[in-house]
Amino acid sequence: MKEDCFDVAVIGAGVSGAAIARKLSLYRLKVTLIEKCEDVSFGVSKANSGIIHAGFHHKPATLKSRLEIEGNLMFEKFQQELQFPFKRVGILVAAFSYEEMKTVEKLYQQGIENNVPLIEICNRERLLELEPKLNSDVSGGLYAPTGGIIEPYRYVFALVESAMKNGVKLFTDFKVIRAGYSGGQYTITSAKGRSLKAKYVINAGGLYADEISSLFKAEKYKIFPRKGEEYLLERNSSGFPNHVIFPVPIKNSKGTLVIPTVEGTMMIGPTAEEIKDKEDVATTPENLEKVFSLAMKMIPSISKREIITSFAGLRPAMEGNDFYIDISKKASHFIQVAGIQSPGLTASPAIAEYVKDLLKKDGLKLVEKRDYDPFLKGAMVVRGRTPEEADKLIKKDSAYGNIVCRCENVSEAEVTEAIEKGHTTMDGIKFYTRAGMGKCQGGFCTYKILHLINQKAGISINKITKRGGRSTIVYDTLSDKNIK
Amino acid sequence: MEKKLICISCPVGCHLIVASTRDRITVKGNQCKRGEIYGKEEMLSPKRIVTAVVKIRKKEYCYIPVKTEKPLLKKYIKPLLKELYRLEVDLPVKCGTVLIKNFENTGINVLITRSMKN
Amino acid sequence: MLEKKVNAVVIGGGSAGMAAALSIAEKGYQVAIIEREDTLGGILLQCIHNGFGLQEFKQELTGPEYAQRFEDFVHKNRKINIFLETTAVDITQNDNGTRVVNTYSKKHGVILFSADAVVLAMGCRERNRGNIAIAGTRPAGIFTAGLAQRLLNIDGFIPGKKVVIIGSGDIGLIMARRLTWVGTEVLGVVEIQPFPSGLTRNIVQCLNDFSIPLYLNHVVSRIYGKERVTKVRITPITQDGKIDEKKSFQIACDTILLSVGLIPDMELAKNAGVRINHDTNGPYVNADLMTSQEGIFACGNALHVHDIVDYVTEEARRCGSYVHDYIQGGRVKKQGNVIPGANIKYILPNHYVTHRNNRLYCRPMIVKNNAELFIKINKKFVLQKKLRHIQPSEMISIDLEKDVFKNIQKDQNHTLEVSIR
Repeated sequence: MKEDCFDVAVIGAGVSGAAIARKLSLYRLKVTLIEKCEDVSFGVSKANSGIIHAGFHHKPATLKSRLEIEGNLMFEKFQQELQFPFKRVGILVAAFSYEEMKTVEKLYQQGIENNVPLIEICNRERLLELEPKLNSDVSGGLYAPTGGIIEPYRYVFALVESAMKNGVKLFTDFKVIRAGYSGGQYTITSAKGRSLKAKYVINAGGLYADEISSLFKAEKYKIFPRKGEEYLLERNSSGFPNHVIFPVPIKNSKGTLVIPTVEGTMMIGPTAEEIKDKEDVATTPENLEKVFSLAMKMIPSISKREIITSFAGLRPAMEGNDFYIDISKKASHFIQVAGIQSPGLTASPAIAEYVKDLLKKDGLKLVEKRDYDPFLKGAMVVRGRTPEEADKLIKKDSAYGNIVCRCENVSEAEVTEAIEKGHTTMDGIKFYTRAGMGKCQGGFCTYKILHLINQKAGISINKITKRGGRSTIVYDTLSDKNIK
Repeated sequence: MEKKLICISCPVGCHLIVASTRDRITVKGNQCKRGEIYGKEEMLSPKRIVTAVVKIRKKEYCYIPVKTEKPLLKKYIKPLLKELYRLEVDLPVKCGTVLIKNFENTGINVLITRSMKN
Repeated sequence: MLEKKVNAVVIGGGSAGMAAALSIAEKGYQVAIIEREDTLGGILLQCIHNGFGLQEFKQELTGPEYAQRFEDFVHKNRKINIFLETTAVDITQNDNGTRVVNTYSKKHGVILFSADAVVLAMGCRERNRGNIAIAGTRPAGIFTAGLAQRLLNIDGFIPGKKVVIIGSGDIGLIMARRLTWVGTEVLGVVEIQPFPSGLTRNIVQCLNDFSIPLYLNHVVSRIYGKERVTKVRITPITQDGKIDEKKSFQIACDTILLSVGLIPDMELAKNAGVRINHDTNGPYVNADLMTSQEGIFACGNALHVHDIVDYVTEEARRCGSYVHDYIQGGRVKKQGNVIPGANIKYILPNHYVTHRNNRLYCRPMIVKNNAELFIKINKKFVLQKKLRHIQPSEMISIDLEKDVFKNIQKDQNHTLEVSIR
C-alpha cells in the first residue's frame, strides 16, 4: 500500500490542532490533520464553555497570558474570514465582599500589566447598571469589554473547513497507536491499520498529548483530566445576562460562570474536579446543586426549570499550570502543544502563529501560497430571516422550506450541507447545524435526521451513530426473526 | 384454583379474586357486572387485541398499522406477530381492509387501520 | 411569497387541530390547517394500539383509525384548506389587529397567513433526560418513549435489545408491550412515585401480561456506558423521600426509554407574547380558551396534557365554537377567576362566565376511591360531587350549568375554587 507522505502532521483536531493546520495551509506544504474521533472537535473542544477571555486572569510572565491577549485580538479577523458566530459581549467579574473586591483590584492590575484594553473596576451601581439581573447584594466588580463568546465546535469546524479548502488532508477515526522515525520521516499508524508519513509532527493531542508524546519517544509528562460540568438553559431564560458573568476566581479555576451563548441559550458552569479517567464525562446531582447555587448567587432569577440539558467536559491540565508549547528536545521535528486548557480557545489563533514560528526555527521552510484563500462562505441558515429573505432562499433550494428541527428551526438543506461536508454522526450534525440542540433534545428530529443521513450518505440505518464507534442509534429493523 | 386479577374493564381497577371449581367460576372483589365477566373470561381463555405494523412493499422504512378485529387468544399472539413481520403489502391500502382472514382458524381477522395512497 | 387571507389559522393537524378546524368551518368560515408533517393525524398515527374513541365514537379504535375518521371529514370539508409540510415559525400582528402566521413550506416558499383568529393546536413534547437530570454519562441508546414509538411504529426501527423504562406514564407502558411484541426484552419499569402514573389497565395488559417488573418508589440514579448504554443503577426511595443508596442495584441494558411526562409545545406562543401558566406549562386562557393575546386560542395538548384523545376532541371542538363567536365579534365581557383548591394540580380554563354553561378540566394530585369534589364561589359552596375513583393520571371533567350562578351578584369580582377531599 502506498503511504501518504506529508511535510507536517498535526495530531488532534481540536481548537489548537485545527488552528495550527489552518495556519500551515497558508504555506506551500503538504499538511495532514489527524483525529482519533469520528469528527473534529469531538474531544476536549466540544465541551468548552465558548468564552473568548479578555486576558486578566493570568500572570503577565506566563505564555498563557501572552497568547491569550494576542489570540483575543485576532477574533474579528478570524470571524470575518470564517463566518462563525462570535460576539464581543464583554466580561464582568462580580464581587460580593470586601475581600473579593481586593481580588478584583489584583485582577485589574494584572489586566493592566497584560495590556487588556478598556478594562475597568466598577462600583456596585455601575455594575448593576451594566447588568441589572445581578444580585443586588453585589459589592462591585471588574468589567472587561473585550471578552466575548463563540460556539467552540463551530469555530473548529470552520477552521478545519478552511484548512481543507487550502489543501490540508483530514483523517478522522485515526487513533495513533504507533510511530517510528527513520530517514527523516515519521511513520504514523492508526488503530485501524492505516498509516502515513510525515517529516514534522505537531502534538496537539489534548487529553492524550502525554501518550502521543511517549509514542513518539519525546518528553515524558502527564496530562491530568480536570472535569467541568455545564448546564444548558433554554432561550429567553429569565436569568439571561448581557455579559459573561464570572465570580471572583479561586485557586485553579475561574469559577462557575453564567454565559449568554451566541445563539440565545444560556450556559452555567463549569465545575472543576480532578479525576483519573480521561473518558469520564458523567454528571452528578451534587454538582447540579452546586452549579445552580453558585450561579443563582450571582443572578437570582436563574431557574432550574429552564434546563435543556447538561454535559461534562475535561480540561487537559498539566503540572506548572502554563501551556507547554515547544520544540521537543528528545524527538526530532516534534512540536509539543500540550496542557492547552483555559484560555486555550482564546489563545488558539496565537498558538497557531507561535507554532508556525517554532516550525520555522526548527528548519521548516515556509513559503506562502499564491492561491491561499482565507475566506469561507459560511453555512446558510434559514432561521432568523425576514419572510422575504426566507422565501428567496426556499425558492432557490426548496429544502430550506423543510424544517427538520422545530426547536431551533433548522432546515433539511442545512442538515444536508452538514452531511455533504462529512458530518455524518448525530452529534456532528447537531454541532454543525444545531438540529437536536433545542428544548426537545432530538425528540422530534432524530428520525428525520436518521433518514437524511441514510439517503444522503448512504449509511444504513443500523450503522448510524451518535458519535462514532459503537454508539449506534437503533439496533435493527423489524423482523420476524427477533420473535422467539 | 384461585387467582388474583386486576380488572381492566374500566379505570377503577378492582382487585378480583377468581376461584374455579370443576363446574363453576366465582368472582369476588368486583364492583360491577363487567368485573365478573372479565374475571371469568380471564380464567377460562384470556384474550387480547393485538396491534402491530406491516411492511409496505418497495418502500424502505415504511410501515402500515394493523390490528386484530377482536381479542385473540393469548397463545396465538406470537404466531400472529411472526406472520405479520413476514408480510409485505402493496399500496394503496384502505383503513378497515381485511389483511388476514380467519387467522389459524381462530375466527379472528386482521385489519389495516390506516388508509395510505401510493 | 404567498399571502393568504382566511378567517382562522389552525396550527397543527393532529386530533385537536382537525376537530377545531371542523368546528370553525361548520359555520361557513374559511380555515387553514398548518401541518409540518406530510400527512394529517399527528401523534395519533404512531399510537397504533387500541383504546381510543370510547367517548367520541362509542367504540374502541386504534390511534390511526381515530385519526383517519377525522382526516376523512377534514378532506371532505371544502372550507378547510390543508397545508402539509408547512411549518409555522412566527406569529405577528398587523396594524389593524389581525394576526399573521409566518410559515415555511417546501412547495410554496414562505406563506403568510393573515386571519382574525389563530388556534394553537400543536400538541406537546416529551420531557427528556435534561428535564429530570439523571446523573451519569451520555451514551447513545437513550430515547423518549414517544420517539421510540415513532421509530418503531412508523419507520420500523427497533431501538435496542434490552430496555429499561424510566417512568410509568402510559406511553412507556404501551411501549413495554410493543417492544416485547417485536422481540425486545423489557427488563423493568422504574417509577419514582409510590403509584404508577399510567392507567391500571395498562399496568395489567402491558406489564403483568409479560411479567415485566414495576419498581415503584425507585429512581434510576445513574446511567453507564461510553458509546452505547451498558447498564443503569436503580435506587429505592425511603418513605421520607430520601435516596437509599445502599440498596441500589444494577440492570445491564443497551437502551433506556423515558416516559416522564409531557409538556405543551409553547415556543411559538411564547414568542408571540402569550402568557404561560406554570402549573400546566401551557397558556393562561379565558372562559373562551383565548390566551392572553387577543385572537390567539389554544386547545388540546398545546393547552394542557390530556390523558385521552376524546377529551382533546371535545375541547378542540368547543374551542372552534368560541373562535367563530369571536370572528363574529363576540367578546367575553365579565368573567370570574377559576383557581385550584386542595389536592388539585391545575384547573382550566382560568376563568368562567355566568351566562352559559362551563366545562372545566382539572387534574387531581392524589389517588383515592370515593372522593368528593367541592366547588366554592367566593368561599361559598355551590356544588358538591362524588367521584368513584381519582388518580393524577386521570383528568376530571366538571360541567357547571349556568343555574349554579343564579345567586351570584353579577357586578362583583368572583372567584371559583375547586377542591377534592
